[in-house]
Amino acid sequence: MARKITYQQAINEALDQEMARDQTVIVMGEDNAGGAGSPGEDDAWGGVLGVTKGLFHKHPGRVLDTPISESGFIGAAVGAACNGMRPVAELMFVDFMGVCFDQIFNQAAKFKYMFGGKAETPVVIRTMYGAGFRAAAQHSQCLYNIFTHIPGLKVVVPSNPYDAKGLLIQSIRDNDPVIFMEHKVLYTMEGEVPEEVYTVPFGEAAVVREGDDVTIVAIGRMVSFAQEAAASLQKKGIHCEIIDPRTTSPLDEDTILESVENTGRLVVVDESNPRCSMASDIAGLVAQKAFGALKAPIEQVTAPHVPVPFTDALEDLYIPNAAAIEAAVTRVKEYR
Amino acid sequence: MSETLNRESLLEAYRTMRTIREFEERVHNDFATGEIPGFVHLYAGEEASATGVCMHLTGDDYIASTHRGHGHCIAKGVDPVGMMAEIWGKATGTCKGKGGSMHIADLEVGMLGANGIVGGGGPLICGTALASKIRGDRTVGVCFFGDGASNQGTIFEAMNLATVWNLPAIFVAENNGYAEATSSTFSVACDNIADRASAFGMPGVIVDGFDFFAVHEAAGEAIRRARDGGGPTLIEMKLSRYYGHFEGDQQTYRAPGEVQKLRETKDCLLQFRKRVTANGEITGEQLDAIDAEVKAMIDGSVVKAKADPKPAAADLMTDVYVSY
Repeated sequence: MARKITYQQAINEALDQEMARDQTVIVMGEDNAGGAGSPGEDDAWGGVLGVTKGLFHKHPGRVLDTPISESGFIGAAVGAACNGMRPVAELMFVDFMGVCFDQIFNQAAKFKYMFGGKAETPVVIRTMYGAGFRAAAQHSQCLYNIFTHIPGLKVVVPSNPYDAKGLLIQSIRDNDPVIFMEHKVLYTMEGEVPEEVYTVPFGEAAVVREGDDVTIVAIGRMVSFAQEAAASLQKKGIHCEIIDPRTTSPLDEDTILESVENTGRLVVVDESNPRCSMASDIAGLVAQKAFGALKAPIEQVTAPHVPVPFTDALEDLYIPNAAAIEAAVTRVKEYR
Repeated sequence: MSETLNRESLLEAYRTMRTIREFEERVHNDFATGEIPGFVHLYAGEEASATGVCMHLTGDDYIASTHRGHGHCIAKGVDPVGMMAEIWGKATGTCKGKGGSMHIADLEVGMLGANGIVGGGGPLICGTALASKIRGDRTVGVCFFGDGASNQGTIFEAMNLATVWNLPAIFVAENNGYAEATSSTFSVACDNIADRASAFGMPGVIVDGFDFFAVHEAAGEAIRRARDGGGPTLIEMKLSRYYGHFEGDQQTYRAPGEVQKLRETKDCLLQFRKRVTANGEITGEQLDAIDAEVKAMIDGSVVKAKADPKPAAADLMTDVYVSY
């Protein structure tokens, strides 16, 4: 039965249900319980923003606090995955990939290929990303494009509570290393989520809104902004089709290409910096494979090529918004 | 004679060390002809370390290795014939020709891979040991690393984590004196790598890595303690490599005659032979017979590797994901 819960609760519920179903699922990260060795409560935090709160007592011995040693415990999750476990490790902020990336892209991602197909590494790395918290340059990046570049990794970017639960359960059951990207601003987003266990498959985009005039491909938090823009454009007689890829690796190329074949116009919305981004990747894909259908240049709505600023006056300018999407859609619609 | 080693075990130890030596000498010679592709780092000289440690392990225990990994592979039970084919880039190789010398792995025998990243194995072995601990099955994980890796943050993080989680993990620092061309007397800030053990709350021991019996004894104690829930140990093997950092290294950073002297005075195989034949328990003829068998096996592995097919073009795209 569906009821309204938040994106954060949906993630917690997915972890809880999978831990109950499968004893090999373990959760680890900095303060994932919070309070290890301390004189007070032993589940004090449940993760820095409380996403894993409560799991520590429900699943004794399978929620592990770690030292602040991202290489150490992300690598340990990878090693445990090679030895029969299904670890879900939390990299608190994706920006911290800088201190543990080797264990992800040189180790986990490459084992299967490098070892001639004989290794499986069913590890999930949950990580918080995105701007909007005034958290500045080292706690606000997207970076899913960097993981997407690496063969051997799967990259999941849920935009709403329903997808967050279904995609996380799929991630835990998947036998490849998965990077699960959680937008920190979306944690409080509410939506209909079934209590039952379900999965959302990888590589299947959601057509969030149907329309014939312009295709908008939007990722993560940007899906909400695209919906806002589309609702406004509808009143002006412009009908947008919104596609949420849900996973950037694998990427559902067919759904994007079919939509552009129909509309002939594409706007890609990506909170990342613009160079070598999902926006440029998808624009390149469409330019190559649907060139004949295009009636206008492809527009990319992204953050500028700068680090994420701290102060609200600048961060609000940095993050792509509905107005920018609306302007881009209007440009491609009016292009002659 | 060692209390824990019967005649059969001694012969097994010798065979393993001889297999590693023969394998590495053969790769050295064949590399010089230009036929072997890529980077190769040889373990010759260090055989007692891998052998003395891995004799305490079963197929359910894991090891993580280094770029200098052939010896660890052989000691852990990876088939040398498949390894030779892998080094020659053949489809019949341990990793179907996709890994090469630096990435030989066989999870079925608990070999989590040679590793092209210096210090990469420390965190991984914490993970296999964590799984062992959660299952409570008394298996252990051993991380082999060099003096170069001993200065990597991953190794520090792994040793700290192993103690924090009280993991059945053993850290084996093979200090062969050089990280590439830089001496460990320069790069390691303390006198001994083992001195760092106390900083991570674990026992640290220094072992003569040329002495199989010393290695076997120290490793046995550490591995027993780990199986019994007593936590991790750092063992520093003082040893040396007979060849360069990689094949082709002219080793001008070493002292003249350094390797020759080690071969004549410290060599693990010579020391072993002397000791086990001294009381007549094992004869020189028995060891000679093993030498001949091993040589024939390695010769055969090279003949086969040369004749075996390379992977097909379609193999380029396989084995990236379990499903995608």
